[in-house]
Amino acid sequence: MGKAIVITSGKGGVGKTTATANIGTGLAVLGNKVVVVDTDIGLRNLDVVMGLENRIVYDIVDVVEKTCRLKQGLIRDKRYEGLFLLPAAQTKDKTAIKPEQMLELVNQLKEEFDYIIIDSPAGIEQGFQNSIAGADEAYIVTTPEIAAVRDADRVIGLLEANGINSPKLIINRIRQDMVKRGDMMNVEDIVDILAIELLGIVPDDEAIVISTNKGEPVVAEDNPLSAKAFKNICRRILGEEVDLLNLENDEGKFSKLIKLLFSK
Amino acid sequence: MFGKDNKQSKDVAKERLKLVLVHDRSDLSPKFLEMIEGDIIRVIKEYAEIDEEGLDIKLTRMKRETDNMPMSALVANIPIVKIKDNIE
Repeated sequence: MGKAIVITSGKGGVGKTTATANIGTGLAVLGNKVVVVDTDIGLRNLDVVMGLENRIVYDIVDVVEKTCRLKQGLIRDKRYEGLFLLPAAQTKDKTAIKPEQMLELVNQLKEEFDYIIIDSPAGIEQGFQNSIAGADEAYIVTTPEIAAVRDADRVIGLLEANGINSPKLIINRIRQDMVKRGDMMNVEDIVDILAIELLGIVPDDEAIVISTNKGEPVVAEDNPLSAKAFKNICRRILGEEVDLLNLENDEGKFSKLIKLLFSK
Repeated sequence: MFGKDNKQSKDVAKERLKLVLVHDRSDLSPKFLEMIEGDIIRVIKEYAEIDEEGLDIKLTRMKRETDNMPMSALVANIPIVKIKDNIE
């Protein structure tokens, strides 16, 4: 029986979809059977971040309405053994699915997969309610900004009200240079305020933009700091104890200069 | 010279966030305010007759008089009908 994890945040644009794609891919690379599920009906995006947009035939609403079988709705990622995507519907209304149907779907998926990673839409309305309906656990993604942390706090309260206790925190898009000069809240500040367990930290990294451009989750690469960050998160999910990523580990000015010199 | 203005912006963010969360979190549990309200009524009633219908208790933000720092405050508006005169 697999585990269903919802990735949520309240605020939009903090990196839920990127986190979902990378955690899903990372867990698959580590040998798990994983399905990533996009519940953002009408605004589907997980497909493009995963680079699977050209392979969609059916979607989550088709599966729930039984227009197709579950197996037909799942898109197999040919690059990674054991990785599947269940895309959101793009043209239907977000009320097309009810929480009870979502629960049934997730329970079905749990029989097939080790991990069901559910990408939640922004907001706290029906789409959010759907995304958490079948979840055993929740990971909250936030960035070191007031608005994102505030919304994270609100979502933590809502999750608890819905019986999903002890969510874990992913702090995304940390800019170590700004943290250093005191212009960005640090990890400790945010954990102190939200008072939940920290699952991982991810630096603000150009490599994510580049990998998203190409539709290849960064976690599959070796060098980017963000790839290491997501690998660490995946290992922690699997129960390993991994030290927090050292964000100082950034490439120095010197190596940047060298790259610049050789890039032309 | 290095007074308040020199405060790191992340500390300003953290302070503002803490205050706004006090508010948000209390919104999540009206039960909390109800409990306070019940207890306050009980205590005041020992000393005065009050208009329970007109009673209003809320969590709000205001600036502290001493240093103008924003802070959360519990504000209670309690219409008193009559002070009990049998208190010594």
